[in-house]
Amino acid sequence: MGLTLAAAEWGGEFDGALDDINALFSFPALFWQDVAGGLFAVNRTILIAWFMTLVAMTILVLATRNPQVVPGKLQSVVEMLLEFIRGLASDIIGPKGQRYVPLLTTFFVFILFMNLAKLTPFLMLPPTSRIAFPLFLAGIAWLVYVGAGIKEQGFGHYFKELAFPPGVPKALYVLLTPIELLSNLILRPLTLMLRLFANMVAGHILVVITLVAIHVFLPSMPFGWMVGVFALVAAPLVFGFELLIIGLQAYIFTMLAAVYIASSVEPAH
Amino acid sequence: MENLGNGLVFGLATLGPGIGLGILIGKAIESMARQPEAAGMIRTTMFIGIAVVEALALLGFVLAFAI
Repeated sequence: MGLTLAAAEWGGEFDGALDDINALFSFPALFWQDVAGGLFAVNRTILIAWFMTLVAMTILVLATRNPQVVPGKLQSVVEMLLEFIRGLASDIIGPKGQRYVPLLTTFFVFILFMNLAKLTPFLMLPPTSRIAFPLFLAGIAWLVYVGAGIKEQGFGHYFKELAFPPGVPKALYVLLTPIELLSNLILRPLTLMLRLFANMVAGHILVVITLVAIHVFLPSMPFGWMVGVFALVAAPLVFGFELLIIGLQAYIFTMLAAVYIASSVEPAH
Repeated sequence: MENLGNGLVFGLATLGPGIGLGILIGKAIESMARQPEAAGMIRTTMFIGIAVVEALALLGFVLAFAI
């Protein structure tokens, strides 16, 4: 019941129909400050993001502060994580991938912990379900892969390869060039952003609806409690499924960022 | 009525990608079973394919709220 209250308490009123879905995601500013003409406001989402960042930093610092030759539990988990990202980078990008390992690790850890807030008791809201977080992450990925392409292949060559992929009959360029430009420069970051955002929004709605269903239906006496019992049984399954989604989304974002960087670093001959 | 429309937009948008994902993952598992030593590469390629196919369903999800 504590979880339900944590989810329901902040998400607006649940005494009627759930008619405004935005109530689950947007929260009023807790305190704010005018900084250089702009409003610097902190609401619940930002507090959760700060808290989860703190947790991630604490875990990473504790694991690597005093490294042992024979690693302890925490150290071996973090080492496994780093090995995993390093393997990903060298598999997908190749020998030049080692340079991007810190960036990819940051993506993975940041997204994983931001998403984990979705199932953390008393937080129960993934900051990545607000568009600003995926937007900035996808923006960074975009800057890095375009920058990597310009750096590795030169400005002219990179955009020439991008717009006119070699090995295609000349007449097809009329059709191919707009598609390639649109897909490489706009659709890639857009889908990178939307994938994370949409998965987190859908997951948050699913979790909230399951918990609210328990909260609302279990005490309702004639027949409603059956729905409540169903929701009670379904809740652990939903949580397990969401845990899977959380890890998968962090992995897919990291992997796609690596794929996009690889496509800039290694030209498609 | 409007909510019904929203639901239908997302529902219809999932049909194509659903079929696509089924074929894609099924084929990937098939080839992994046939050639387990290439599983890592196949998995990577599968996720790239999933990312492309899934984009359509995601656009549907976002448009369902936008419309």
